Amino acid sequence: MTELHPSNTEVYSPLEIMVVAAARALAGVRTVFVGVGSPNLACNLARLTVAPNLELIYESGVYGAQPARQPLSIGDPTLVTGATSVVSMADLFGLYLQGGLVEVALLGGAQIDRYGNLNTTIIGNYVDPKVRLPGSGGACEIAINAQRVYIIMHLKKRAFVEKLDFITSPGHLRENTSRQKPGIPGKGPQLVITDKALFDFANAEQEMQLVSLYPGVTREAISEKMGWKVRVATTLIETHAPTIEELAIMRKLSSGGS
Amino acid sequence: MEDKRVSLKEAIAAYVHDDLSVAIEGFTAFICFAAGQEIIRQRRRNLTLIRMTPDVIYDQMVAAGVARKLIFSYLGNPGVGPLHCLRRAIEKGIPRPLEIEEYSHYGMVGRYLAGASHLPFFPLRSYIGSDMPRVNEQIKLVQSPYGDDVVAVVPPLNPDVAILHAQRADRFGNTHLWGLLGVQKEVAFAANKVIMVVEEIVDESVIHSDPNRTLIPGLIVDAVVYVPYGAHPSYVQGYYDRDNLFYLEWDELSRDHERVQAWLNEWVYDLEDHAAYVRKLGNETRERIRPGTAPAARIDYGAYR
Repeated sequence: MTELHPSNTEVYSPLEIMVVAAARALAGVRTVFVGVGSPNLACNLARLTVAPNLELIYESGVYGAQPARQPLSIGDPTLVTGATSVVSMADLFGLYLQGGLVEVALLGGAQIDRYGNLNTTIIGNYVDPKVRLPGSGGACEIAINAQRVYIIMHLKKRAFVEKLDFITSPGHLRENTSRQKPGIPGKGPQLVITDKALFDFANAEQEMQLVSLYPGVTREAISEKMGWKVRVATTLIETHAPTIEELAIMRKLSSGGS
Repeated sequence: MEDKRVSLKEAIAAYVHDDLSVAIEGFTAFICFAAGQEIIRQRRRNLTLIRMTPDVIYDQMVAAGVARKLIFSYLGNPGVGPLHCLRRAIEKGIPRPLEIEEYSHYGMVGRYLAGASHLPFFPLRSYIGSDMPRVNEQIKLVQSPYGDDVVAVVPPLNPDVAILHAQRADRFGNTHLWGLLGVQKEVAFAANKVIMVVEEIVDESVIHSDPNRTLIPGLIVDAVVYVPYGAHPSYVQGYYDRDNLFYLEWDELSRDHERVQAWLNEWVYDLEDHAAYVRKLGNETRERIRPGTAPAARIDYGAYR
């Protein structure tokens, strides 16, 4: 949290506007597949603002979680107590996810390419890796089965790369290999939410394009942090700064209660 | 029925032998650290360790040198960061090289399901467009026999031994479990031998009063072991909280192989059993992880005579 920007009378950090932007993107959504950390915060903020009927689904087997504290892990017992339903992982992945009931899934990764493919497996070579990352977890099937995928990642040159070291979770795959083929029911990545700007894939090639800059961020600042020459949407807009209300709710959430 | 109660020491000595495949499951919850540490204490070698999320328990076991191979789907300290001992083993072969076989979560769930229900494979919608099938030839993409659809398939997984933790069981191994169910039921049915470790041994009448909660029947259980706090620093819903502080401290400590060996000496090798571990944890830790109470509404199964 280095640079701070004013929002009316409040200041906010790049992380805070990222969480607020993710929450806003969940407006009207009914079911979201969520991880811990900023995605969890974004979902809880959305529930209290733009998506009052939002149901939180965790790969640990929880549907309709109502966490009474910020969970450290997606297996925290606070996700169980008071939830709508707690099921086996076979049911969670088979009936909820593969059954098509997940509207939006929030994913992240160590690397992303221009088609929204994600790497959470290795940096370097698979057999003799430079860095061994966690691997898929549920991400691969989530990327394939969720109706829509929103990606939350900090914008960094070593994360937004020309070529992934490994495709863990398919996005829009690569040139001439569209995901519109048998076996991939979901629509794939629709939005990339970063700490600097928003990107979507709304063009014929389904290539990541800059669509909205956060206040005070320049296009140059974006290209400096990406490993390829990024496409820019026909209409480039500016994201509204977080409101005082959004900031107040988010800060209350991150300091304890839900 | 046979009374299957034994000590953890006896259960590990009887069922967990060198070279076998062992699954200590539990998704964040119900991870039987007591059993993993007893395996370390009994100095088993060349085990194939199976777990969706290896967690700190397999970090400890791999650092202690018990494993030859790891089958998994998510290699992290949940909510904290990497598992440093596992990374050292995979990246540098310390203390010995570790072979890995990697799936996604649903792939592992499917492998247990196929293993439990004696099917030659489990079909799932995953892996298409991923590099995972490229590095694990066990994962295959196949054409549907009913049309032009394509699905991934994974083979059955039948661990030699499954070690599972739960709230309570009777002396025959009929087990009540609530909270994050994970794959506890599926791996129990898939494994050749099942060691059931519980917080409480209860009378059969308690089990029979709530049959929907009996996830694992005594029919498939080989040993019943009473080990209170046996999942610490993981947790048991309603009994104790996850010791997140321990997970955060492990992230620091485990960066250094020598410090891990010193920890293993202090907390595993030098202690007689898990009861000694719990005494060493002390009242303060037990108080810190004591949850409040949130009972379920009573239900009535009805009497039909």
